[in-house]
Amino acid sequence: MADWDWQVFCRNTIDGEVMPRCFGDGGDITYLDWILSAWGWTASVSLLALAVAMLFGCLMGILRTTPSRGLVLLGDAWTELFRNIPVLVQVFLWYFVVPELVPALKQIPSFLLVVLGLGFFTSARVSEQVKAGIQSLPRGQRMAGQALGLTLAQTYRHVLLPMALRIVIPPLTSESMGIVKNSSVAFSVSVAELTMFARQAQEETSRGIEIYLAVTALYFITSILVYRVARLLEQRMRIPGTIGAGK
Amino acid sequence: MQLDFSFLSGEVIASYVSKGFWFSLQLTLVAMIGGIVLGTLLALMRLSGKRWLEVPAGAYVNTMRSIPLVMVILWFFLLIPLMIGRPMGAEVSALVTFTLFEAAYYSEIMRAGIQSVPRGQVHAGYAIGMTYRQTMQLVVLPQAFRNMIPVLLTQTIILFQDTSLVYAIGAYDMLKGFEIAGKNFNRPVETYIVAALVYFAICFSLSMLVKHLQKKIAIIR
Repeated sequence: MADWDWQVFCRNTIDGEVMPRCFGDGGDITYLDWILSAWGWTASVSLLALAVAMLFGCLMGILRTTPSRGLVLLGDAWTELFRNIPVLVQVFLWYFVVPELVPALKQIPSFLLVVLGLGFFTSARVSEQVKAGIQSLPRGQRMAGQALGLTLAQTYRHVLLPMALRIVIPPLTSESMGIVKNSSVAFSVSVAELTMFARQAQEETSRGIEIYLAVTALYFITSILVYRVARLLEQRMRIPGTIGAGK
Repeated sequence: MQLDFSFLSGEVIASYVSKGFWFSLQLTLVAMIGGIVLGTLLALMRLSGKRWLEVPAGAYVNTMRSIPLVMVILWFFLLIPLMIGRPMGAEVSALVTFTLFEAAYYSEIMRAGIQSVPRGQVHAGYAIGMTYRQTMQLVVLPQAFRNMIPVLLTQTIILFQDTSLVYAIGAYDMLKGFEIAGKNFNRPVETYIVAALVYFAICFSLSMLVKHLQKKIAIIR
């Protein structure tokens, strides 16, 4: 391990020359520029997929706890469908299959197709957590809402969800960290994110260990950032009077 | 576009997909058995109360769990040949990687399982003169393992899905089999649909089985 060569990141990606400032200029880019932009892609894919996953996951989780059999079935079917197909296969479906079947989608950049694939895959897992969160509330809560004359929608909006959504923040935190990790499958459809960078830069420079170490470190940092933000959210949203609330 | 599945005869499946399917299955079983054994050892280390065992086991588990599996696959594919001094096939590399990677996840499950066994069981073991090893082996682990069977199996379903990620190093698994068939017959759309259906059928029926098992175990307990 004596022969580290961290200068690899200062090299120009085209001719391999070491650039004096480590960042490229005049249209040329170094591996440092490239890895930072790859980090940006990883972050964008993860954040957008997280938004999709939360939106559909919460919706489906809620449907699964309603009294309507039809809605429960819809939520269950959604969850089973997106949970039982490997995420890589789902990304392939969005990238190769869906645009063929729905030609209108051919204009959409591949990056957004990956976001949909990753988002829907994770929505199944979010729906499980949200369902469990709502079911963990005492039955009386729902009954009290109904007894007060609230409609079903109002009961969810004012009674059940304010509690349930705060209860599920910790499990959803680990799902969010999971999205960052799973965003690595985007390499398979040529989104220029960190794993794709790792594979290509490793081949071009033969400095695999330095490249992989840097990429791994960036994944670590991203996960820690997600964790910190989620903890902050959790602290601000604590339910007064519970053990977690401290005072 | 017109979908045409007619090229997918039994012969095509047998010559392209089945080889990949057996590798996916082999990878799942090897990583499951190896992962549970290693994972149980890691869990015992983390619960041993000895710092020199706890710290490395904890570091190993947390590191593995915070790196994307694809990166772990790439890391091992790069490092193993450097360490043993000769190139290694993608398939063998995948077997080693998945076993070591899954051990981290199984160890968290086993740790929860061991912690769910009432403390009185350990005291009872010691009280009748058993050693630490005997108490673990004969009293604690069998109960921990049985309580955790549904969770271990659920993790195994996830493991089976994740075997598709060996795509990153080009190992010949089930997905690869479908992909090559799709390329050769110029029917990628149809083959990806069939691949998704096959994965779904396998994982969905396994997860139904686990649900059923969960109910059965709950009654016995």
